[in-house]
Amino acid sequence: MSSEDVNDGRRRFLTGSFAVVGAAGALGAAIPFIKMWEPSAKAQAAGAPVEVNIGKLEPGQMLTTEWRGRPIWVVNRTPEMLEALGGVRDELRDPDSAVEQQPGYAQNDTRSLKPELLIVIGVCTHLGCSPKFIPEMEPQAFSEEWVGGFFCPCHSSKFDLAGRVFAGVPAPSNLEVPPHSYLDDERIVIGIDPEDAA
Amino acid sequence: MANGQNMVGRAADATMEWVDARIPATQFYKDHLSNYYASKNLNMWYFFGSLSLLVLVNQLLTGIWLTMHYKPDAALAFASVEYIMRDVPYGWLVRYMHSTGASAFFVVVYLHMWRGIMYGSYRKPRELIWIFGMLIYLALMAEAFLGYVLPWGQMSYWGAQVIVSLFSAIPFIGEGLTEWIRGDYLISDATLNRFFALHVVALPMAILLLVLLHLTALHSVGSNNPDGVEIKANKDENGVPVDGIAFHPYYTVKDMIGVGFFLLIFAFVIFFAPEGGGYFLEHDNFVPADPLVTPALIKPVWYFTPYYAMLRAVPDKLGGVIVMGGAVMILFALPWLDRSNVKSIRYKGVLAKVLYGLFVVSFLVLGWLGGQAGSDTMTFWARVLTIYYFAFFIGMPWWSRWDKTKPVPERVTT
Repeated sequence: MSSEDVNDGRRRFLTGSFAVVGAAGALGAAIPFIKMWEPSAKAQAAGAPVEVNIGKLEPGQMLTTEWRGRPIWVVNRTPEMLEALGGVRDELRDPDSAVEQQPGYAQNDTRSLKPELLIVIGVCTHLGCSPKFIPEMEPQAFSEEWVGGFFCPCHSSKFDLAGRVFAGVPAPSNLEVPPHSYLDDERIVIGIDPEDAA
Repeated sequence: MANGQNMVGRAADATMEWVDARIPATQFYKDHLSNYYASKNLNMWYFFGSLSLLVLVNQLLTGIWLTMHYKPDAALAFASVEYIMRDVPYGWLVRYMHSTGASAFFVVVYLHMWRGIMYGSYRKPRELIWIFGMLIYLALMAEAFLGYVLPWGQMSYWGAQVIVSLFSAIPFIGEGLTEWIRGDYLISDATLNRFFALHVVALPMAILLLVLLHLTALHSVGSNNPDGVEIKANKDENGVPVDGIAFHPYYTVKDMIGVGFFLLIFAFVIFFAPEGGGYFLEHDNFVPADPLVTPALIKPVWYFTPYYAMLRAVPDKLGGVIVMGGAVMILFALPWLDRSNVKSIRYKGVLAKVLYGLFVVSFLVLGWLGGQAGSDTMTFWARVLTIYYFAFFIGMPWWSRWDKTKPVPERVTT
């Protein structure tokens, strides 16, 4: 076996094809190890859509439910509250909800499917605290001209009753609206877009 | 490695020079791969060393991933394994890779050890390689046993009960020792928790260290070969053994073939017979541990059954434990028991060949007997074979000299 007899072309082909097949095998073998870090079926089941009955939610009230471990607020806004939304437009950072913090169907002045019913994830977009619901239209320690909204106790971020963030606070964007749809007048399902609802 | 043709090549050379001035990377590559010479006649029996390494990597990787989902808690362990099997993405695959990997480990290690016995790979100057290998084998048995307890099924529980109780046979300190091992008056949560710590941290580290020692000793003296001829006794003008070929690329490529065949079989078992018909994962282990009900048939996993058969063959508690322990321990003495003129079975006489053959038969039949419920006939044969097993080793200093050996060639044969 002298070195003059070496067929370099064939050797390169064998080395190359071996490397390609080996790389494909290694890639395939990596799949289970990467996939194993994804949410398990149990975690996915815990993240399944939740149904909320809003039949007993009076105007002006809020109820809190849980979806994927986060608080979901459902607020039944009064006509006065809806009217106040227009009045604070100039003080907001993103009054038209240009930033995609909501599904397309909630990108409107009330950020909701039905004008009176607000559904948002109750987690501050700053550092993840859950703001307080302060519906009273009266001066507060943190604001002289409060017309109702959400106030985050962690770093004083303020949101109006459509979950829109005020300018000049730490939170960078509006509260997130989760995908949701109506099963009927009294039942909402959180986690499913209207077009996907059965 | 030298490639001064282009810019990339020059940059690579400069980088290696920089590294080599700080750590002998190129020297290490030469010493252990490109300029490490192994006999040119290594046959298929030489696959199992590198395959053991492959299975070790498989066990470490899959083990780490299983730890991410497993709960070492008597109340949660069984359910967490079922959770891995059903709910975790690809959890079933990684778990089967691990459980099948344990059996595969023993398959390749037993074949690797038998290769060493056949070709006298433990003979001078390779005694320490054998000793380190035996220590790996011991650590591996402990590792496998501890791992089998973790799913906390019926066989986990009662297997642990039986194995831990073996220590109670030791006079005077036995009872206190078993209590200390269990950390409780019975096999319990405390036992499971410490077995988990040993299985995932302590023993893997010990095994890695021993593998390092095994390989360091091997690369210091060089591999044996099927002829048992020292290739280093015959070197060319450059100091390269004339019958040696570089480990890389010759044996790395050859080992790849072995890896290919191994993975084919391994994958087949994982996907089509992960329980191995009850030999790799016993049926009773799919029932949660119950301290009040013992399964009808208690038997260890297949790789322990030869020793288990010996334990049951002895009608005395302490005696049984001594025989079982002795059966493993006597292997340590092998390098000094073998007094044959030749290393390899190729040049041994009829007497030795017959005795070696009977030894394999006795080990395999004992393995089969250890997995059976047992009867008087079986116990009789277990006793006969146990006696043969010990007689084989204890008599070796004599029969290996009586054996009519053939002349060993100067150079390795092809």
